Amino acid sequence: MVRMDTPPLLEVRDLQVHFKVFGGHLKVLDGVNMIVRAGEKVGLVGESGCGKTTTMKAILRILPQPPAKIVGGQVLFRGQDVLRMRPDELRQIRGRGISMIFQDPTAALNPVFTIGQQLGDVIRYSHRNGRLDARQIQLKALQSLKEVALADPERLLHSYPIQLSGGMRQRVCIAMALATQPELLIADEPGTSLDVTIQDQILRLLHNLVVERNTSIILITHTLGVVREVTDRVYVMYAGSIVESAPTKTLFANPMFPYTRGLMQSVPRLSGGGVAEGIPGRIPNYLHPPSGCRFHPRCPHVMEICRREKPPMFTVGEEHYVACYLYAC
Amino acid sequence: MAWSPSEMTLGDQATLFKELAMRLVTFILRRALHSIFVLLGLSVVIFGISRILPGDPARMAVGARAPQWVVDNLRAQMHLDEPLFVQYGYWLADAVQGKFGISLVTRREVAEDIKEFFPATLELALFAGILMGGFGILLGTISAQHKDRWIDNVVRVLSYLGVVTPAFVFAIIFMLVFGYWLKWLPTIGRLSEGLTRPPVITGLMTVDALLAGDLVVFWDALKHLILPAVALAMGGLAQEARITRATMSDNLTKDYIAAERALGIPERVIMGKYLLKPSLIPTVSILGLDFAGTLSSAFLVELIFNWPGISRYGINAMLRKDLNAIAAVILVLGVVFIVVNIIVDIVVAYLDPRIRLSAERSE
Ligand SMILES: Nc1ncnc2c1ncn2[C@@H]1O[C@H](COP(=O)(O)OP(=O)(O)O)[C@@H](O)[C@H]1O
Ligand code: SF4
Ligand SMILES: [Mg+2]
Repeated sequence: MVRMDTPPLLEVRDLQVHFKVFGGHLKVLDGVNMIVRAGEKVGLVGESGCGKTTTMKAILRILPQPPAKIVGGQVLFRGQDVLRMRPDELRQIRGRGISMIFQDPTAALNPVFTIGQQLGDVIRYSHRNGRLDARQIQLKALQSLKEVALADPERLLHSYPIQLSGGMRQRVCIAMALATQPELLIADEPGTSLDVTIQDQILRLLHNLVVERNTSIILITHTLGVVREVTDRVYVMYAGSIVESAPTKTLFANPMFPYTRGLMQSVPRLSGGGVAEGIPGRIPNYLHPPSGCRFHPRCPHVMEICRREKPPMFTVGEEHYVACYLYAC
Repeated sequence: MAWSPSEMTLGDQATLFKELAMRLVTFILRRALHSIFVLLGLSVVIFGISRILPGDPARMAVGARAPQWVVDNLRAQMHLDEPLFVQYGYWLADAVQGKFGISLVTRREVAEDIKEFFPATLELALFAGILMGGFGILLGTISAQHKDRWIDNVVRVLSYLGVVTPAFVFAIIFMLVFGYWLKWLPTIGRLSEGLTRPPVITGLMTVDALLAGDLVVFWDALKHLILPAVALAMGGLAQEARITRATMSDNLTKDYIAAERALGIPERVIMGKYLLKPSLIPTVSILGLDFAGTLSSAFLVELIFNWPGISRYGINAMLRKDLNAIAAVILVLGVVFIVVNIIVDIVVAYLDPRIRLSAERSE
């Protein structure tokens, strides 16, 4: 467990991101706030489409622009605003500072280069002191493939992504993200596209690797069991903002935001990735999002003020925050 | 776990290289074999046309006033009295040896004409192809990287104009502006008067001049080449720019580009390597078509710049019903199309392992 007075490694402040689409702007991120401390294992949960991936890509400034536009906010990494960095400063952060495992490993690997070429370049450009020669790079590449328990790494180096199974691609992506030896690893639904047993193996492997290196992690997953097992703290996201955050134990014992409560009550189903099965309704339209609390059209406890004004974060316990008027005192 | 990467990999690389070379050879042989059938098909069509067209080839060859016995002799000589498939056999045997007979227009062996006119057009097309590929890809890349900014808009408007304007319009404009008005570049033929042609090795004037070490002739030939080649290249260049822009700006939003950025790979490496390679695949295919198309559609440009090329020769042959010349021109262009296609396939297979691997699996 990480002490709460450790200075934050990453702090996201009031992050707002829009997407320009035919017919207007999708107002997706509506002021996201998050803190990750050094060594902390943070979970991020929320139904599909609530903006988890968008938040993570905005942190690394890798959203495709256009159509995305970062409208406001700050992303402070060790106190420096990533969103206002020059390209050379940004390069110091990407990879070595923060690296990321993408949701879809097939899409995240370049289809026309071998694993060796891609992993090799990741190693070459994230190396901290001096230059590596081709042989050193190859040794390190083999080493990182072994760490993610991939058999026959020599052969893999010469393989193209399509020659690999889904599970192997996922492991390669993990190997690449860890090869930079990041301080913070973002893992966006690792293994979601794979079957449950392989997903389980992969999550276990990932967990061991980050614990071994004491890497901070933001883990996005729909599997609440994993969140409970792996993370120190959890952020719950709904329709583009964080609606609740608490130490993992607290959140599971005492969920407060109406959406979170539905989430915890819903029996995890084997089929489907949605976590909000306990709550009727769908994620709102980002073109014309609901006024006030974006959850209000689905909320069983909706009040007059909820429709008018966006609820601020209320402190409801030690390190436990909820953005809901039910807890205004 | 015991492993010895250095030895393993060095050995691997040697085998890998040999394997690749073998695969390339098999690939080319297979395609060449395939091409022979295409060419045979083409030859049947050409032969068919030459026999279906009204008029007696023997009579046409000797002219209307020749006595009948001359025509009859020639008919026998040309095997015209034998069954069609036997005629085709004779015709094909000759064609394979490059014997297409005498051209009605130039009164020379058609093969001689082809040898003279084809390299002139090939030189034009090669130069145009380099311009189309080089500048098309360059402009498309610049455009994609500045998507929706002013420079992108300029490139898009220009490339649209380039696509819709026929080559002969560019030819006339260039001739007037750079030839007559500014007087920067010559507008007629392949070489200035007073200069002697370098010994023919490739038939490409610029290359032959270089091989002969004659820089004066090289420079002069190059200057003659510029206006017609640029005029010919404009359409394809614009097309390549548009395709490159479209593919690249699409690929720029792909997750693998985001992932490469997220992992700290420098922007110049991403642009010059990881974005460029997958983005070139459609461009290369179209470039091949545009290049081959240039050879056959250069007619008006050759006419305007008085370029002694095969396009002009071919059209003249058609206008005068010069069957021997027509057959030869079509066959030569057919061979060029096939060769260009093979080259395009090799380049695309190099760029795209998915195609390469699936081709090998289906073997
Ligand atoms: N490239 C894009 N273009 C347009 N809209 C997008 C794009 N990426 C994401 N969005 C919008 O952002 C919303 C949130 O997406 P995302 O961050 O991927 O959600 P999550 O990762 O939580 O499932 C989506 O519902 C979609 O409307
Ligand atoms: S703020 Fe209002 S609408 Fe939103 S969750 Fe709380 S009670 Fe429901
Ligand atoms: Mg996502």
